[in-house]
Amino acid sequence: MAPRDIPGAVTDHAPKPFMPRKNALMDAIFRNITRFFAFLVFSLLAAILVSLLIGSMPSIRKFGLEFLWSAEWDPVKEQFGALVPIFGTLVTSFIALAIAIPVSFGISIFLTELSPVWLRRPLGTAIEMLAAIPSIIYGMWGLFVFVPIFQERVQPLLAHTIGKVPGLGLLFSGAPMGIGMLAAGIILAVMVIPFITAVMRDVFELVPAMLKESAYGLGSTTWEVVWRVVLPYTKVGVIGGVMLGLGRALGETMAVTFVIGNAHHLSASLFAPGNSIASALANEFTEAVGELYTSALIELGLLLFLITTIVLALSKLLLLQLAKGEGTRT
Amino acid sequence: MKLKVILASAALAGASNAIAAEITGAGATFPYPIYAKWADAYKKSTGTGLNYQSIGSGGGIKQITAKTVDFGASDMPLKPEELDKEGLTQFPTVIGGDVPVVNLPGVKSGELRLTGQALADIYLGKITKWDDPAIAALNKGVKLPAQDITVVHRSDGSGTTFIWVNYLSKMSPEWKTKVGEGTSVNWPAGVGGKGNEGVASYVQRIAGAIGYVEYAYALQNKMTSAAVQNRDGEYVQANAEAFKAAAANADWSKAPGFYLILTDQAGKNAWPISGATFILMHKSQAKPEVAKEVLKFFDWAYGAEGDKLASSLDYVPLPDNVVKQIQTSWKANIKDSGGKPVY
Repeated sequence: MAPRDIPGAVTDHAPKPFMPRKNALMDAIFRNITRFFAFLVFSLLAAILVSLLIGSMPSIRKFGLEFLWSAEWDPVKEQFGALVPIFGTLVTSFIALAIAIPVSFGISIFLTELSPVWLRRPLGTAIEMLAAIPSIIYGMWGLFVFVPIFQERVQPLLAHTIGKVPGLGLLFSGAPMGIGMLAAGIILAVMVIPFITAVMRDVFELVPAMLKESAYGLGSTTWEVVWRVVLPYTKVGVIGGVMLGLGRALGETMAVTFVIGNAHHLSASLFAPGNSIASALANEFTEAVGELYTSALIELGLLLFLITTIVLALSKLLLLQLAKGEGTRT
Repeated sequence: MKLKVILASAALAGASNAIAAEITGAGATFPYPIYAKWADAYKKSTGTGLNYQSIGSGGGIKQITAKTVDFGASDMPLKPEELDKEGLTQFPTVIGGDVPVVNLPGVKSGELRLTGQALADIYLGKITKWDDPAIAALNKGVKLPAQDITVVHRSDGSGTTFIWVNYLSKMSPEWKTKVGEGTSVNWPAGVGGKGNEGVASYVQRIAGAIGYVEYAYALQNKMTSAAVQNRDGEYVQANAEAFKAAAANADWSKAPGFYLILTDQAGKNAWPISGATFILMHKSQAKPEVAKEVLKFFDWAYGAEGDKLASSLDYVPLPDNVVKQIQTSWKANIKDSGGKPVY
């Protein structure tokens, strides 16, 4: 790389003051070490991708693209398809975000705009503590505490209200077992709320007080300030926080395994048991006998990798799109 | 002086350790508690340690094939042709089995009677209500609710599942063709729980649920179990005697490589959903002294002390006549590179 000519900066040609050779050497070492670390992560990523690809080759060769939309998962006849786990992963993550985004938004608005100052710190810390709870604890809490209440109180209520609406009712049909996709989605929501909230709160705090004060001065309500000033100012950070939560929801394993019901069945009802990619892997990898079975599971892992990458790419695209919109509006 | 003694004994200890090398094994999770207990007691009496990793049967088979461990352990016996392919031999260690457990308010343990056919139809999703005529006919006098049956199965691959579906395959031709057998299968109905504890907690939580758990687990957690009709037409409850009866009546001598699954065995008292857990070893041993230590360990485990420990953990020890056959098979099958029996 050619050194950029910065006006006024000391260039290589300029007389060098103290111990120039040693400084240059240290700089070079430092630059190379940092570059090595940066590329280490990159090559690790590449290595993981390659080994996943190699591991899933037998399955890719056998099932081809059909793996993506076949709902069959039969270890005995060695017929594998990923539709059920993909469906379960996406649906539970979607439920989680549908609940977590509004809740996190509410929490962070309260913390930054409405809460009395003395309450901010303890509330904020409590929410951050939620993020520190290991996921298996969420799973056990989900199975032993949440699921029974959900089964006895919430599911019958849902079935008798929304369940009666034509079309929409299909989502809330079937026997209330407590466990299932909806329960998994709700547990996931609880798990991702602290992540999204933490990011949202941090970016909301970055909004210059002058902007908000000006809006208030013009007679805006709190809601108008939040919706028209705070949110547009912070949307990049907010979307980043949501993506962080989504990333966690997609890959969450133990908590989901406990409550999703682990059945390879496709069902429109959210009450029905399903399966997610991560929990299928956690359940079946240890006892998977035979090359094809193992390979199909590795291909599931590869798919999870790809789904996460696609989600990240889409969010970047979304941000670019938003940035463009900004340019035209003014 | 004292220092010298310590040094000398340290040297001696080092020397004896070199001879009695630590033996390593990996595989099935179901027998892990007893293997660990045996290893502990064996180390105290002989000084030979056993390092057993309960990574699952599939992993055990992979590791012994790759020769990274001295023995592998699997809940599902390998077929004789599979053994030959990898140059392996296998033998059973302890007996266990599955117990159907239910959550039916008002029904006590052993009160509910089921046949293999009925269990298969329930797990196929054909019988969906507890007051179905097929179940009611077996349970005259027991009040069965008009409740939906929720089928609970294992979500992880497991030897417990293998015994269960092997039994269902024997009892129902439809199960055999539609689902088949293996450590994990394509379940036609129900929800999956991870591990015995996962199945147990689902069954306890969902009214009208039926599941299967490993015998020791059902016993220790006092779950409501069902009586099952055995091959002789008797309804039996799962207990140590019933498991022993199933093993005693089995004809191991006609089973090459001990490939025998103890489901649906003859005998008036035999529990029909029994199974054994197996050890896998290479027939040709590059390190015969290590192989000998492994066999010495299992020989000790089959003895009185090992049996007592197994019973204390609710595993069922093998009958003596089976142990004799196993010891004979060691002489015939496990040899050093020169073809001399190791044991």
